[in-house]
Amino acid sequence: MVTLAVASVVIFAVIEVAPGDPASFMLGVNAQPDTVAALRAELGLDQPKVQRYFSWIGNMLTGDFGTSYTYRSPVTEIIGDRLWVSVPLAVYALVLSTLIAFPAGIFAAARRGKSGDIAVIGGTQLGVAVPNFWFAMMLVLVFAINLRWFGAGGFPGWSGGVFPALKALTLPAIALALPQAAILTRVMRSALIDVLGEDFMRTARAKGLTRSQAIWRHGVRNALIPVLTILGLQVSFLIAGSIVIEQVFYLPGLGRLIFQSINARDLIVVESVVMLLVFAVVLINFLVDITYAIVDPRLRQRS
Amino acid sequence: MMRTRFNLGLGIALTAILGAMALIALVWTPYDVNVMNIAGKLQPPSMQHLLGTDQLGRDILSMIMVGAGTSIAVAALSVVIGLVFGVPLGLVAASNKDGWLDELIMRWNDVVFAFPFLALAILITAVLGASAANAVLAFGIFNIPVFARVTRGGALSLWEREFILSAQVSGKSRAWISAEHILPNVANILIVQGTIQFALGIQVEAALSFIGLGVQPPTPSLGRMLADAQTLVTLAPHMAIFPGLAIILIVLGLNLLGDGLRDLLDPRLKGDRS
Repeated sequence: MVTLAVASVVIFAVIEVAPGDPASFMLGVNAQPDTVAALRAELGLDQPKVQRYFSWIGNMLTGDFGTSYTYRSPVTEIIGDRLWVSVPLAVYALVLSTLIAFPAGIFAAARRGKSGDIAVIGGTQLGVAVPNFWFAMMLVLVFAINLRWFGAGGFPGWSGGVFPALKALTLPAIALALPQAAILTRVMRSALIDVLGEDFMRTARAKGLTRSQAIWRHGVRNALIPVLTILGLQVSFLIAGSIVIEQVFYLPGLGRLIFQSINARDLIVVESVVMLLVFAVVLINFLVDITYAIVDPRLRQRS
Repeated sequence: MMRTRFNLGLGIALTAILGAMALIALVWTPYDVNVMNIAGKLQPPSMQHLLGTDQLGRDILSMIMVGAGTSIAVAALSVVIGLVFGVPLGLVAASNKDGWLDELIMRWNDVVFAFPFLALAILITAVLGASAANAVLAFGIFNIPVFARVTRGGALSLWEREFILSAQVSGKSRAWISAEHILPNVANILIVQGTIQFALGIQVEAALSFIGLGVQPPTPSLGRMLADAQTLVTLAPHMAIFPGLAIILIVLGLNLLGDGLRDLLDPRLKGDRS
């Protein structure tokens, strides 16, 4: 809560000192001073800063993000449209990254020190080093231009059916997921290796479970805490990464919105999107904390 | 142990080769990167141009050599900003644990960490304009809490140790102890963290320049080269492939170096965790 409040003050203050008056920008260089003043009054720019800060926050709490200077429509509406691209993309990437990382990490941990493990580790080193937008360009080159399996960019919208929309998001999601999967694989592997050394794992084997039963039933569940922590952190990387990836695939998401708004000096949109991103990160960290308690009953009593 | 040595060796080798390339570019490149040759644009790799030419006929190998230098400079400077401000903050926080200053520093860190990094960079460039200097500033600001946190974490456990207690008994001030005894003992973790942030800095520079918020033309940087390549990737795939490989090799080298140094400097972490 405190974090959010301070973050909102910082964002507001930073945007306030930004050069370029939105009103004069909108009307162009030839505008009459009194027209500019009238527009400033209409936009509420002539009120004192503190008052504007509190009305911004107050309105935001009731779901009113203000009106975009350039689009002339409510910011909530504009952001809402874009969320339908950005959120599914982030979720898609998160699912992909988990689907790759869990088996790979468990496989590597179970074969610790053997060639399979070393291959996975080598792969993760490479995966971490590859810039996701470059990987995205390579995916476009191979799968969209040479093989023609996917489109090179753009988004058809959800109204044309779920399948075409998901198909358009597939390459971006793979590009986003790769580096995250590499990190997550390493965390899964080292967490599981730690757990495999515990006494209860030996007990599980001793009571007659096979090695793979023991790993799945007792090992993986106990290795989940560090994995969840990283998964939570990754959401903010996914959100940030999608800003870049949307540029590669020309997806009409929050990332493109933020750039268009910066160029158009539509600062209220920039302000709102950044605030929303911060809010998302704080919310996700909170959700991760709650999930700990679900995954690990021991933590329930402590807190 | 064998593998640690191998990784460290490979990391040093990759970093040294690419660093040397960037250094050589300061005095010599195969072609002048400021000279355009429109007639020879978008050439695929050949004997004259080992990695081909770009949309303005500039030699890609020369561009990569100069661009790697730009990327390294951006990453290095932002690590320096993080160290110069973050380390003292971390030391102060640890020496007054749970004091109001510690609380203030750590809460402020929480706020900075709540910003997805690119959102922070976008805010800064939205206000100050897009330039290499502002990219350095943005990533530098992000690095401050990273180093503050690492320093504080390392220093806190040191404050419990006996040699620190004896220094306190001998009447040294907390600030003096921090500088004389704590700092040298957290240097190891700072070197390792510095290497990691350096590698991250290379990627951040690439991403920011790619979306037009970092290094501006005509200065070559690896990210800018990829931005130029984006629309031409069908016509001239080599424009995208080679700068990307350069980024991967630098980051891979630095990461291996960081991991290797960590294993070497901190024997407790030895073995093959993470």
